[in-house]
Amino acid sequence: MARILQLDTAVAELVNDGDTVALEGFTHLIPMRAGHEIIRAGRRDLTLCRMTPDVIYDQLIGAGCARKLVFSWGGNPGVGSLHRFRDAIQHSWPVPLEIEEHSHAGMANRYVAGASGLPFAVLRGYAGTDLPEHTDTISTVRCPFTGEELAAVAALNPDVGIIHAQRADRAGNVQFWGITGVQKETVLASARSLVTVEEVVDELPEQPGAVVLPSWAVTAVAEVPGGAHPSYAQGYSERDNAYYQEWDAISRDRDRFREWLDTEIHEPERSAR
Amino acid sequence: MTGELSETPTTSEFTSDEMMTVAASRSLNDESVCFVGIGLPSTAANLARRTHAPELVLIYESGTLGTKPQRLPLSIGDGVLAETADSVVGVPEIFNYWLQPGRVDVGFLGGAQVDRYGNINTTVIGDDYQDPEVRLPGAGGAPEIATSCGEVLIVMRHSPRAFVPDVDFITSVGYGRDGSARARLGLPGRGPVKVITDLGVLQPEQGTNELTLTGLAPGVEVEQVRAATGWPLRVAEELGVQQPPTDRELRILRELKATVGNGESS
Repeated sequence: MARILQLDTAVAELVNDGDTVALEGFTHLIPMRAGHEIIRAGRRDLTLCRMTPDVIYDQLIGAGCARKLVFSWGGNPGVGSLHRFRDAIQHSWPVPLEIEEHSHAGMANRYVAGASGLPFAVLRGYAGTDLPEHTDTISTVRCPFTGEELAAVAALNPDVGIIHAQRADRAGNVQFWGITGVQKETVLASARSLVTVEEVVDELPEQPGAVVLPSWAVTAVAEVPGGAHPSYAQGYSERDNAYYQEWDAISRDRDRFREWLDTEIHEPERSAR
Repeated sequence: MTGELSETPTTSEFTSDEMMTVAASRSLNDESVCFVGIGLPSTAANLARRTHAPELVLIYESGTLGTKPQRLPLSIGDGVLAETADSVVGVPEIFNYWLQPGRVDVGFLGGAQVDRYGNINTTVIGDDYQDPEVRLPGAGGAPEIATSCGEVLIVMRHSPRAFVPDVDFITSVGYGRDGSARARLGLPGRGPVKVITDLGVLQPEQGTNELTLTGLAPGVEVEQVRAATGWPLRVAEELGVQQPPTDRELRILRELKATVGNGESS
């Protein structure tokens, strides 16, 4: 059964140095606050996985938490590039960043294989692209029935899967809706999981089209209202578009980024002591 | 290229970007199913749905099927796409069930670089993948959109840096390094049928699949397009000139663009 924990306790317990960690979310429901807690906890040498690494991954990379990034599209959605990500790849700042690069279809299927307990997934993908030359988790497999050659991608099984959801009940059953991306697969593919939620309620209301993850499939739930900010939680909050634009300017400059890290991540912790 | 528009061209000023977006929207047929990339393709597809193609079905890779946003989405995961969709499905499903089997007529893509055979690069600029001159965002959904859709439309601003003889990295295949990759790979879709730019339209030449100039934007000279293209651009025998936007197209496009803060850079 999922335990309901404080965010800092959950991150301290579930995320270790050197772990493979996926904080998933597809523009909607991004577990930003959980990411900040990982920076605050000073985790290092993480292999970070994400289909769409965006601002929170830029922050984790800039803070030196990551050794490797497994991804399919890295950008500041609606704005442009991720400058900390670029700086790490192009200039190894603050530490070198290894990459493992896929397409969305490939990454999604890697999580599906991981969630299904299979070693790999099959898809019609990567044809004619240069990606397989550089990514050794992309290969081919011959169909035993038709002989057709298809793309194969290795399963992705993170040590920790972290997502943000709208609600959980007190027993730790999790409910989320709207654009749900690959979050269900991420939790099911991961050895341990943490779900931050907008609120913990006595009973989950009926919600058409919602994904429900039963308590026994989740390791920990933490109540973190606004935990997806600046992304949004449908039914709870709107996307803070200005934040994404402001991040572009902050992240372009190493000194401004350091200043952000100090005032937004480290100072609140010091003053909370 | 001009579509079936009954209205007459505008007499007011318009920008080359507006012409490009209008030309791209006219390339989408009503009642077809379109897999839309964010940025310029999204603007053009939403314009088409408000003008000549009200029954155009829009699919975004965030899992929104048949979405009818009232305003331009800022990103592929904008809440307005989910709220106005016929159905919202998970990301594995959008790629596996909807894109992969060939249910989508048109894939609509942008890119950082395109080459003479319509291959798109959104990965790295420079020869060394491990040590690139510029690191770009990466593939996203494009590699499979480029192979699985019935056909592909590309919309990009024209410059020698963007229109190169050979892309540094093939992220999404057009016709491959020699123009004949699609047949060799047995790809289901036809590939890029048009590249719409702020200067005109390029289309693959029958047989060679080399992108050739087939249409000019109003007021643009062939030499301008050649100067903005990184390979010796060939010109089709019958070179068309695009109809300028109508007043209605311009009004709707400007209203649409006023609904979003900044939606064209990713």
